[in-house]
Amino acid sequence: MQKENIVELKDISVAFDGETVLDSLSLDIKDKEFITLLGPSGCGKTTTLRLIAGFLEPDEGDVVFEGKKINGVPAYKRQVNTIFQRYALFPHLNVYENVAFGLRIKKTPEKQIKEKVNEMLKLVNLSGFEKRSIGTLSGGQQQRVAIARAIANHPKVLLLDEPLAALDLKLRKDMQKELKKIQEQLGITFIFVTHDQEEALTMSDRVVVMDGGKIQQVGTPQDIYNEPENAFVADFIGESNIVDGIMLKDYFVEFSGAKFDCLDKGFAPNEAVDVVVRPEDVDIVPENTGMLTGVVTSVSFLGVHYEIIVDIGGFKWMIQTTDEHFVDDKVGLYIEPDAIHIMKKSKYSGLYGDYSSYSEELDLLSEPQEVEE
Amino acid sequence: MKILSRLYIGLILFFLYAPVLVMIVFSFNSSSSVWVFEGFSPQWYLGLISDSVMLTALKHTLIIAVLSALISTVLGTAAAVGIMAIRNKLANKLIMSATNIPMMNADIVTGISLMLLFIFVGKLLGLTESLGFVTVLIAHITFNLPYVILSVMPKLKQTDANLHEAALDLGCTPVKAFFKVILPSISTGIATGMIMAFTLSLDDFVISYFTCGHYQTLPIIIYNMTKKSVTPDTYALSTLIFIVIFVLLIFYNMLSSKAENKAVKRRV
Repeated sequence: MQKENIVELKDISVAFDGETVLDSLSLDIKDKEFITLLGPSGCGKTTTLRLIAGFLEPDEGDVVFEGKKINGVPAYKRQVNTIFQRYALFPHLNVYENVAFGLRIKKTPEKQIKEKVNEMLKLVNLSGFEKRSIGTLSGGQQQRVAIARAIANHPKVLLLDEPLAALDLKLRKDMQKELKKIQEQLGITFIFVTHDQEEALTMSDRVVVMDGGKIQQVGTPQDIYNEPENAFVADFIGESNIVDGIMLKDYFVEFSGAKFDCLDKGFAPNEAVDVVVRPEDVDIVPENTGMLTGVVTSVSFLGVHYEIIVDIGGFKWMIQTTDEHFVDDKVGLYIEPDAIHIMKKSKYSGLYGDYSSYSEELDLLSEPQEVEE
Repeated sequence: MKILSRLYIGLILFFLYAPVLVMIVFSFNSSSSVWVFEGFSPQWYLGLISDSVMLTALKHTLIIAVLSALISTVLGTAAAVGIMAIRNKLANKLIMSATNIPMMNADIVTGISLMLLFIFVGKLLGLTESLGFVTVLIAHITFNLPYVILSVMPKLKQTDANLHEAALDLGCTPVKAFFKVILPSISTGIATGMIMAFTLSLDDFVISYFTCGHYQTLPIIIYNMTKKSVTPDTYALSTLIFIVIFVLLIFYNMLSSKAENKAVKRRV
């Protein structure tokens, strides 16, 4: 995948009313890739998108497009198009005119406009909707019109600002596949913003995890999930048990009062580290054969598997297993070397990864749209 | 209970409209008597048409109403857009209050203060006659302006902030984006504001009285007529003005209820 960079952000800083939103952020975006900016609200992902669109200028740093600095180039002169969160379709125009809008501004001949609009409506499965007014369309249909309107202009980069957030789960899943298909068909760069980690993992070539105006990690979905850079990334993407550990030597780590073989190296001897173990990578075994032992404190049935919380020396682990266990069972845990991931200590250490305050209900309340695969 | 409340409403409507009805009836009186209806005749209306003073005043009124409505609509819309763009909340509030106060202000105060200003400026410029067409036009634009701003403002607030950005994104310059996207979505607000301004200008007496000089409008002519003796041609003229304003108001209400329906639909 060695391709040229189409957009480069160089040491970008942005502050609103003295509050830092982006903190010397640098990012290279390759031509024709599907890249996702992922992070909690307020992490600066939408701001990053607006910088590329030209709705916002950085306080410091450069925005580079195809090798040329485009700071100060107004939005209407940039070869990028945006799909807005609430679509921002023009209510006084019908579907056809909405899609034709950008082409008309460019004074495209009428015949070409007609061809293009029909082609775009076909692409988003809305043929026959030309004369409909925007107010009569469902959310999903409006979404499709927004996509058609944006890509009718042949942008080199399409910016998508949480475009699926307003759709219900079923529709969202369909649109995810469809967007991915459209991206591959058109061969243009998609920069996608979302706070939904599952969406990011399923659609993207690369994911950029952001928090506090900084990039925490950039990588393929597999990299991000399997090799998180710090506790924030490990916690934000999927479920993780994050415990304090000591790297005794290369390939050998101590945590929770036991010593484990692992696959990581390159740390100083006896360096304090964060250890990540994903809940699905832990095997439950009889107490006497376990590497760690603990007591089950809660069990919830999620259909595909059980999610159980095990208290090991005061630290609560989450484990996903297909076997049934009961509260107050004494169990042993077995962890393979490749299930253990070691991270350097960061400012996020100790903030995440303990399930002692965990409750199914709270989790559902705070993130109503998240569903475990 | 139901009968009582109907009766009550009937009475209210009767007392509200009885004077107008009496006036309309007597405007068709064949004699000039103010109290005995002696027969039907359109003579007072025909008289109006041939009355050159009256026709000139009508012309003045229409010119002032049309021009002041148009100019205040353009200025008011621009002002509303400008006020919306002010991020500072305090400044925003101050400007809105400054806009609203002239609306609350007594007409007579507005009239006299405008007259003073015009005469003062006229003297500065060395004009022999400072009051006339220009001053009455400026005065009408002044009192129309807040009404236009107030009817455009809510429409602007309802408009999705992203619409403007979406237009820029699709290649519009900011000015083009305003005309192609923002203007159409606030058009009902602009239209209601303009009708309101036209209506207000049409029947304004107090402010015109102080600022018009020799450029007399219909309400002033009517007032002057009543100073001599009240004749049925006054009724005829007033009836015509009533009908024009009545029609305009119906139109205005239709427009604003249509705009409201649209807004409701969009929210659903």
